Amino acid sequence: MSTIFECSGLTKKFGSKTALSDVDLKIERGQIVGLLGPNGSGKSTLIKLANELLTPTSGQILIGGKQPGIETKKIVSYLPERTYLNDWMRVQQIIEFFSDFYDNFKPEKAYDMLKRLNISPNDRLKTMSKGTKEKVQLILVMSREAELYFLDEPIGGVDPAARDYILETILSNYNENATVIISSHLISDIEKILDYVIFLNQSKVVLTSTVDDIRDAKGKSVDLLFREVFKC
Amino acid sequence: MPWDLKSDRPIYTQLVEQIKLMVFSGTYPPGSKLPSVRDMAQEAAVNPNTMQRALAKLEEDGLIITHRTSGRSITEDASMIELAKTKLAQDQIFEFLEKMRLMGFDQKEILTIITTMAKELK
Repeated sequence: MSTIFECSGLTKKFGSKTALSDVDLKIERGQIVGLLGPNGSGKSTLIKLANELLTPTSGQILIGGKQPGIETKKIVSYLPERTYLNDWMRVQQIIEFFSDFYDNFKPEKAYDMLKRLNISPNDRLKTMSKGTKEKVQLILVMSREAELYFLDEPIGGVDPAARDYILETILSNYNENATVIISSHLISDIEKILDYVIFLNQSKVVLTSTVDDIRDAKGKSVDLLFREVFKC
Repeated sequence: MPWDLKSDRPIYTQLVEQIKLMVFSGTYPPGSKLPSVRDMAQEAAVNPNTMQRALAKLEEDGLIITHRTSGRSITEDASMIELAKTKLAQDQIFEFLEKMRLMGFDQKEILTIITTMAKELK
């Protein structure tokens, strides 16, 4: 297995506030990784740094051996926590937009998933509920044949049935050489599909382990462990 | 059969147990072909690597045979299946006996209860 994502001594400060402090991580290809932590622990900051929306204060990130930039964006598919799509656009137009933008975007995959979720390609984003918008965005992100996917809170706003469908979509659309990094608070929903978990707390990595190792060693689910570690 | 995964034990050991049950109950008869790792993972809603690990364990136990080119199938060796079945029964009974001992029953009492209940069930 080779490393797809690596950061060393990664630090990000906003003024006097430290969002990430000296983070070292190494993530292999072919895994589904959960990036877990309480609010404000640095999850989104880490993902934004990896997508060059922020630049590190110190330390570095390597994606497939390269620093975040044009080349890494070709192989990284990113679902941000907030939408950046224009809400006057129809789904169909956004799909064309994505096709123009990314070589590895597969429109037929997107249409197929839309159909399964009963979303009409003719609908405009602004007429959709929050959950439906989230589904559309995830479909767009998962329709790219990327090497690394960053999903920032992909299931936050959708109902439990759609949550199952989304997890199934993630499972069936990533290929064996791709890695998916998911940040979420809804641990019990996602832990079955994770290989590996990273716990972040107060800007630091506090635990990295496989899901089954946690269950083996502690006799409890990742969800329960999380509740214990981050007890308020 | 729906996949029922508990939260207190490793996922892959639970997958191993459930696939074994499917073999014993005839869902997957001896010699039958198994679906792909991906399909099985999707059906159980688990990570494909976890399913892979479960299947590797079953292969190690001799219940599953991997063919180089055509996927996996259940062993045709009925004695192998019988062996695994007995082993599972022994595990379950061991667990049961432990619980009974905790309740303060001795071996004779346990056997009496079992015999009576078995008669009633007939």
